[in-house]
Amino acid sequence: MKFAAFLIVSLCGGLLLYATADLPAWGDPNSPAGTHLSPHYIEKALEETDVPNLVTAVLADYRGYDTMFETAVVFCAGLACLLLLRDYTRKKGSFYRHIPTGVVIHFKENRKNPPKSREFEHMDKEWVPYDLIMKTVCRILIPFIQLYALYVVAHGDFSPGGGFQGGVIFGSSLILLAISYNLRTVMDRIKERVLGFLCVLGVLVYTGIGVLCMIPGGNFLDYSKLAVFLPVDPGHVRALGMLGVEIGVGIAVMAVMVVIYVNIASEGRHDEGL
Amino acid sequence: MMTNTVYPALVVIAPLLTALFCSGFSWVEKRICYPVAGAGLLVATYSAFRVLLEVLAEGTVQYRMAGWAPPFGIEFRIDLLNALVLLVVAAISLVNLVASHRFVIRDMDDRSGTFYAIYLLFVTGLLGVVATGDLFNLYVLLEITSLTSYAQIAMGDPDRGPLASLNYVFIGVIGASFYLLGVGYIYIKTGSLNMVDVASILPALQDSSAILIAFIFCMIGVWIKMALFPLHIWLPNAYTYAPLPASRVIAPLMTKVMVYVMIRLMLTVFGLDYIFEKLDIAKAVVWLSTAAILAGGVMALAQRDIKKMAAYIIVSEIGYMVGGAWLGNKIGMTGSILHIMNDAVMTFALFLAAGNLAFKLGDVRFKNLENSFAKMPWTMTGFVLAGFSIIGVPPTCGFFSKWYLVLGGIEAGAYHFVAALIISSLICAVLFFRIFEIGFFSGESHGRDHGHSAGPEMAEAPVSMLIPLGITSIFLIGLGLYSGVIVNRIIHPFLG
Amino acid sequence: MSDIITIVVAKYNYWLYIILMMIGLYAMIAKNNLVKKLVGMNIFQTAIILFYVSIGYKKDATIPIIENAHGGHGNTAHAIHAADYINPLPHVLMLTAIVVSVATLGVALALAVKIYQRYQTLEEDEIRMRLTENRLAENNK
Repeated sequence: MKFAAFLIVSLCGGLLLYATADLPAWGDPNSPAGTHLSPHYIEKALEETDVPNLVTAVLADYRGYDTMFETAVVFCAGLACLLLLRDYTRKKGSFYRHIPTGVVIHFKENRKNPPKSREFEHMDKEWVPYDLIMKTVCRILIPFIQLYALYVVAHGDFSPGGGFQGGVIFGSSLILLAISYNLRTVMDRIKERVLGFLCVLGVLVYTGIGVLCMIPGGNFLDYSKLAVFLPVDPGHVRALGMLGVEIGVGIAVMAVMVVIYVNIASEGRHDEGL
Repeated sequence: MMTNTVYPALVVIAPLLTALFCSGFSWVEKRICYPVAGAGLLVATYSAFRVLLEVLAEGTVQYRMAGWAPPFGIEFRIDLLNALVLLVVAAISLVNLVASHRFVIRDMDDRSGTFYAIYLLFVTGLLGVVATGDLFNLYVLLEITSLTSYAQIAMGDPDRGPLASLNYVFIGVIGASFYLLGVGYIYIKTGSLNMVDVASILPALQDSSAILIAFIFCMIGVWIKMALFPLHIWLPNAYTYAPLPASRVIAPLMTKVMVYVMIRLMLTVFGLDYIFEKLDIAKAVVWLSTAAILAGGVMALAQRDIKKMAAYIIVSEIGYMVGGAWLGNKIGMTGSILHIMNDAVMTFALFLAAGNLAFKLGDVRFKNLENSFAKMPWTMTGFVLAGFSIIGVPPTCGFFSKWYLVLGGIEAGAYHFVAALIISSLICAVLFFRIFEIGFFSGESHGRDHGHSAGPEMAEAPVSMLIPLGITSIFLIGLGLYSGVIVNRIIHPFLG
Repeated sequence: MSDIITIVVAKYNYWLYIILMMIGLYAMIAKNNLVKKLVGMNIFQTAIILFYVSIGYKKDATIPIIENAHGGHGNTAHAIHAADYINPLPHVLMLTAIVVSVATLGVALALAVKIYQRYQTLEEDEIRMRLTENRLAENNK
């Protein structure tokens, strides 16, 4: 196997190295890639879309159709994790910890309404007491991380950033919460069903804006047609369309990140897995 | 021609939107998911049909996504070939949805909504791959189909499903990445991603070694994804251990769509001049496909399970289509394109029948099939028709595409390819008559010994599974009878 | 000899990505542990991303965000020259490819978890051994 792998690898590598002779030098401003399409994007995008961040302009407008499916890919991954790992069988028995004393009570049969109070806390067998320093630091950090994520989404038109980046940052703040406290804390704050809806909502916002553009007779995702619905300067409509789309992307990515983490970390049981 | 209708966009958007709704409803009321999914695919099929009519009437349809002119934006460029494949994909996935409903209820009721969402996204990906006119967009949609098919395959057999799926992930990622790398090399040399735009620049770059590498990597990537013979190792396990509702649509469509992508790259992007006059590899590829046909057939003979046998038959059929496309003449290409459609329909019919058998018998190993003709006469009628079509008995559709392929092989002087086609027909005949024999005769002697000559009782599959099989079987013959029309109205005008 | 060195130096980005990619490919084919294979897969995909991003680079150019664009659209004080900004298209494409590779990794990890639940191991040869044992046991029945 090792020999076969080595053979395949050297064959591929050799083929690729053979072709490098024909490729333009690194950073060559006159390469075909730099002279065919990109001058149009660089010189016209600001005028046509009113968005100074060219990556955002190309991503969300010129190639917006690609990006919609990119969001759909993320959505697929979330669905796939849910479909493969989610374990709907209820475990028998549950554990409760009396917080002031630290005594753990084990109910062998499942009750319909477990007692809920400030003194008792629902927990899992693999429960570890959480670290005070980590808990405190994360509690301070998380709101700022989330605020920054919102900024990255909202300011994606003007500076590096956008829906994907912001969504990932927001999702990671929730994952941080899950790591520093425990999974159940996150799942108590955001119900699984809400996460599922958010995944859908994100992609739906994107597709919905696309379909909305078709109503006044435009093509799919042609944001300029949104001028019918938005009472703003027609030159700026495309930028607003992109912002809307980026928000959708951000929601979807955030929710999917959490879904993937939660399902893989707990093997689909949604308890403290790690 | 720029189109003013919404149908080209609707073909892709309708299943995507319904996938979202299915996923949302799966948290609220699961029973709505099935009708919603059906409605989405119905709209997609209708739109594909309207697009085909439009293309027939007015020539190639262009639809600009986001309103940007190509090559700056992404466009749908639907000619006769796309339109035909679109209709086949949409229709088959619609029929399979109906046929699989009972399966889904029985096997995965707790996650049916999510399953339908994944299924619809898979179909969306396939339709998008076929409709798009942009090389990179094709990659993104290809990844959607791949991701969803990984998930669907892993839902199957709990022992082997996840493992088969993970192996498919590794090989699928290599395939898709090779394609992406090839596109990267095309982009670095031409600066464009639009297929037509690239095609207009490439003739000046025929001597470039980077373009040669781009071509090789695109082809290897596509071949891995379609499971051409030495690269087929992922296919049999993946298709065998997948749950039937999924494998019935992945098996006939995924590989055919990849054959479509290969033909599209050959005809539209790189151009026949480059492939057949500049490069001297066509003969080698025809030999490769000859090997694929024979190897697939021989390995199918060794199987004792209809699903696995069908998977190896697909390996063999891929050889037909690749060989036909690489013969380098119009008849061979005609046969190859016709076979994309016919093979999709006939493998689908085979898997439908296998699904009905599996629904009633538990699994489809040969020893379970005793007396199946008496127990399930309608299902077995469909099975026999599918078998005849794969063997190539007229007037079923399999005969006609094979006929064109044989003629193309003779014209190109590729007698080894012709011989392989004929041997493969014989092998398929052996394969299917062996099953017919088990279904008809075995087991009856035991019944006589006990003096109960009444025979086994009828235990036919539910009507919702029989009707799709019936429709597909009618199409097997209908496509055969009308193949002349299809060739003259669609394929010949396309090839020009 | 010096010719070759100048060629390599001028195009070292391609050499780097090819070496990385081959490391990933080798790990995907030859490694026995499924998670190591996944790591190889990620290296492989990242190498292609590097390749694309390096296509976009232009000497003496800055990131593709138009400066002084606030206030008024299109009426920037100075004309925009394509040579001043690097090519945005490869970055856009790679944003997509990154997302795709993350999604694939997520699904693949989910599959690995599922396999581990079933076999309690991630070594491929052990799983294969287990499978042949199962098959033999089934045939003996």
